[in-house]
Amino acid sequence: MYNFDLVRPTSIDEAVKALGEEDAQPLAGGQTLIPTLKQRLAMPTKLVSLTGIADIKGVCKTDDGQLAIGGGTTHGTVAKEAMADFPGLANLAANVGDPAVRNRGTIGGSLANNDPSACYPAAALGTGATIKTNKREIAADDYFQGMFATALEEAEIITEVRFPIPEKSNYQKFEQQASRFALVGVFVAKYADGVRVAVTGASNEGVFRWSEAESALSSNFSAEAIDSLSAPDGSNMISDLHGSGDYRAHIVKVMTKRAVAAAS
Amino acid sequence: MTKVSMTVNGKSVSGEVEGRTLLVNFLRNDLRLTGTHVGCDTSQCGACVVHVNGEAVKACTMFAAEADGAEVSTIEGAANPDGSLNAIQQAFQDHHGLQCGFCTPGMVMSAAALLKENPKPSEHEIRSYLQGNICRCTGYHNIIKAIMAASGQDVEQIAAE
Repeated sequence: MYNFDLVRPTSIDEAVKALGEEDAQPLAGGQTLIPTLKQRLAMPTKLVSLTGIADIKGVCKTDDGQLAIGGGTTHGTVAKEAMADFPGLANLAANVGDPAVRNRGTIGGSLANNDPSACYPAAALGTGATIKTNKREIAADDYFQGMFATALEEAEIITEVRFPIPEKSNYQKFEQQASRFALVGVFVAKYADGVRVAVTGASNEGVFRWSEAESALSSNFSAEAIDSLSAPDGSNMISDLHGSGDYRAHIVKVMTKRAVAAAS
Repeated sequence: MTKVSMTVNGKSVSGEVEGRTLLVNFLRNDLRLTGTHVGCDTSQCGACVVHVNGEAVKACTMFAAEADGAEVSTIEGAANPDGSLNAIQQAFQDHHGLQCGFCTPGMVMSAAALLKENPKPSEHEIRSYLQGNICRCTGYHNIIKAIMAASGQDVEQIAAE
């Protein structure tokens, strides 16, 4: 690793100020960034750790029935504290990485990184969540802008993510066996006014909504409703040694059916 | 260089670290607590698992400066106060839960974290919890047995796969 200064502010204001310096970069749980630094794929002069900011940690239900999760909340905490209100999200968090990784990695860090195979983007897009930052609120539909690309600007920090709590939801992950990232992951959420289906791991464009499945499930929320659909177009899906684009497209359909069948 | 202070195995310690100093390197190189191992250095193998504020973390994927003010426990602090092996360590010995021993510190620290939140885990729960701890010798079977035994459960029911 190249060396850098590491600062650990205790408030968002201090963190934003520290990020104002050239080549400063925020550090959340570090479970992606630290391996990246070890590979010398990043060379920040200063890392601004967000782990000391108490204000952006925790899970609570809002008055309008949403689940608000602080950007600095670890996957392990989400797995425990979201279980009662939003089991679909809690189970997703409980299967990210391994227990030690879940005790460091954060929801804000995952969403800011927007790895094309990460799990949280599927939940955020699949629920139409709102990503709150120190500057503004961003709808999930506007937030994800392709592989590793988001609407975040320099020195913008995710302070909270608000999830509209679905009537039923489920996330199914088809794991890439070595990394346990999603080879394909599908989040299905049923609301009174319709169903949302978001797919991670599959597309070269990052997380996306499978609109055909959303329409079919909105009129008939059953695994059989997916049977008559053709799998989404595999030509723009990730093709690598773990699976071709067409294979991933097929798995999207299978995971969607499983998620609907398991939704609670 | 920045000054960091933390409590390691109940003792207050401090030292000067660079921004890039990993917690595992601070423990091993500065404090000479070499029981915590570096296996893969890519947060996959779990040989470096320690507890920070009671939670299992991979010490190769956390900076020492982020543990400033924290309570850290390592394998050196695992034994009973009289120096005898704790229940998990003794069970690893009794059930031959190690061969070369390189992964063992991480296995024992992960097992301790598991038993703290789930005192009677099933075989499946143990296997699932150890996803982030890799052993290249044992095939895991005796490790699972040891953790079942350490939690006071019958190990005979676990058949070799």
